[in-house]
Amino acid sequence: MRSEYFSIALRNLRRRGIRSWLTLLGIVIGIIAVVSLISLGDGLKLAVNSQFGVSSTEIITIQAGGISGFGAPGSGVVNPLTESDATAIEKLDKIQYAIPRRIETLRMEYNNKLVIGFGTDVPEGEKEKFMYETIDVEAQKGRLLQDGDTNKVVIGYDLADPDKNGFSKAINVGDSISLQGKTYRVIGILKKKGSFIFDKIVLMKTPEMKKLLNLGESVDIIAAKVVSKDVMVQAKKDIEKLLRSRRGVKIGHEDFEVSTPEAALSTVNSILTGVQIFIVLIASISIFVGAIGIVNTMTTSVLERTKEIGIMKAIGAKNSDIFFQFFIEAGMLGMVGGLIGVLLGLSIGFIGIQGINAFIGAQNPFKINWILAIATLFASFAIGSIAGIAPAMKAANMNPVEALRK
Amino acid sequence: MRTTKSAQESKKKEELIIQLKDVHKIYDMGESKVHALDSLDLKIHRGEFVAIMGPSGSGKSTAMNLVGSLDIPTKGAIYLDHHNIADLYESDLAQIRGKKIGFIFQQFNLIPNLTAKENVMLPMLFQGVSYEERQKKAEELLKLVELDDRMDHYPNQLSGGQQQRVAIARSLSNDPEVILADEPTGNLDTKTGEIVMEFLNKLNKEGKTIIMVTHSPELAQKHAQIVYWIKDGKLEKTTRKKSR
Repeated sequence: MRSEYFSIALRNLRRRGIRSWLTLLGIVIGIIAVVSLISLGDGLKLAVNSQFGVSSTEIITIQAGGISGFGAPGSGVVNPLTESDATAIEKLDKIQYAIPRRIETLRMEYNNKLVIGFGTDVPEGEKEKFMYETIDVEAQKGRLLQDGDTNKVVIGYDLADPDKNGFSKAINVGDSISLQGKTYRVIGILKKKGSFIFDKIVLMKTPEMKKLLNLGESVDIIAAKVVSKDVMVQAKKDIEKLLRSRRGVKIGHEDFEVSTPEAALSTVNSILTGVQIFIVLIASISIFVGAIGIVNTMTTSVLERTKEIGIMKAIGAKNSDIFFQFFIEAGMLGMVGGLIGVLLGLSIGFIGIQGINAFIGAQNPFKINWILAIATLFASFAIGSIAGIAPAMKAANMNPVEALRK
Repeated sequence: MRTTKSAQESKKKEELIIQLKDVHKIYDMGESKVHALDSLDLKIHRGEFVAIMGPSGSGKSTAMNLVGSLDIPTKGAIYLDHHNIADLYESDLAQIRGKKIGFIFQQFNLIPNLTAKENVMLPMLFQGVSYEERQKKAEELLKLVELDDRMDHYPNQLSGGQQQRVAIARSLSNDPEVILADEPTGNLDTKTGEIVMEFLNKLNKEGKTIIMVTHSPELAQKHAQIVYWIKDGKLEKTTRKKSR
């Protein structure tokens, strides 16, 4: 029987003036903020996670500490890691292989334009295959590097794109590009990865890079693959122990960092979650203001409809009947605000994700968080109806004789 | 003991439906107290057509509110169908008046955002009647007041006379024993007023108790069998029509 109060409430809402709808703005804005930022945040997490490029979750990354200032990872390190560190790590029984990696800034010239970018090296021998597996790359055009490739490079997808590479001219397989003043031939272009680092990378063989940049044994990163995910934690401890003894440091004074993918991601994720919580707090204030607006508009409409309340009581409406009518009406008022907020919030989230994708060149899909949307609708009904309690009680407790006189 | 049908009917006629016994209503206006009703006694029998007359300020509106169980007296007893309702709470009163009393107001008092049919259905909603049944009953009643072609019209799409007929249909929806009409023709021209009064007469002939509050002596004397004249919160006189 009570369900019919919903259709009556709906009619009462339809005859409301613009004034009532304006008081909903607080709820609408609050819910837009919550919904758009949560869905944007979810997308942002996805986007950030995908930037780590390393697709395998079985890779441990080892970096020397004491990084000062900006620059490529490993630059400015006092006591860098070396190739022999990598060899030693590889001998640990929980490690399948360890690849020493260099990531260097490169001065690139093409079409008479200069661009500073990143280059990374591809090791020789069997580790070459592991390297490709670790960074998960494939050639879109041409081929990947092989042992013995001299004066040859493979470039990222966006570096070939005239709109994105900064050279205003497409780079094709077979074209020549100058790196640090030396000419290289492009023999392959990588598939798009959706990561702004990897899509603009230059790959060259290790001896080639060492020769070009005059590098020694020192490396920037060691990527170690564990034999299985289950031994990740133990493998991390083993590496730490090994490096401590090799570098002569005590526990707690490590000048290096061994990070598992989960750990790296969880740092980023916890920052994003913090931001989301903060925004939700701000949004709650807006929703609270909106709820006060509903209290206000419901009180006004109870006063405006005093006569109607009197009539309803005269024809047999109990106090509870009157209460429920206004209670439900207030709830539906809140829910209308919630609905508008969810729709606009999802739209903003969608546009935001498209924006992030366009900016970093990724293709993260926009996913509608249905649980969030439905929970928000219920919550906005609850907020509205709670805000309607006081006005509804005022209506319910009216004296029928006095109400009829209005 | 067995009684014949006609005897039963005549007995029913004599049965009291509403009785006010030594009813006082005092409004507390801060400093002063207004004695709106001062020991009023009234007896209304089942099936009667009663008019309550009086100048404004006489207390007749207060009397009507008490008779219609919209309000409770300061002192005294009010029997509706043998139950004293003077001490009941508002929600119980609402349930009782919704079932036993049908209201017709001078201002028609239809709910503006409900159609004619929905207005007639509304009192039944408060009594917990199912949707289908309410719809069926409302259609029957609107047919009775000859508005079956106006069921889905909103009050502002209806003339005053039509609105009052919807109000009559609404007052009948819970099959009440008593119809309480407060100046039912007060907002209508003479001709449409006559039509409304004809409906009330018809209902009275079908056995409904009609209580009409009016300040028009002609209207009261033309239609009512008994006229109670109220003055200064007291029953001043009672006039009875000789023939029925």
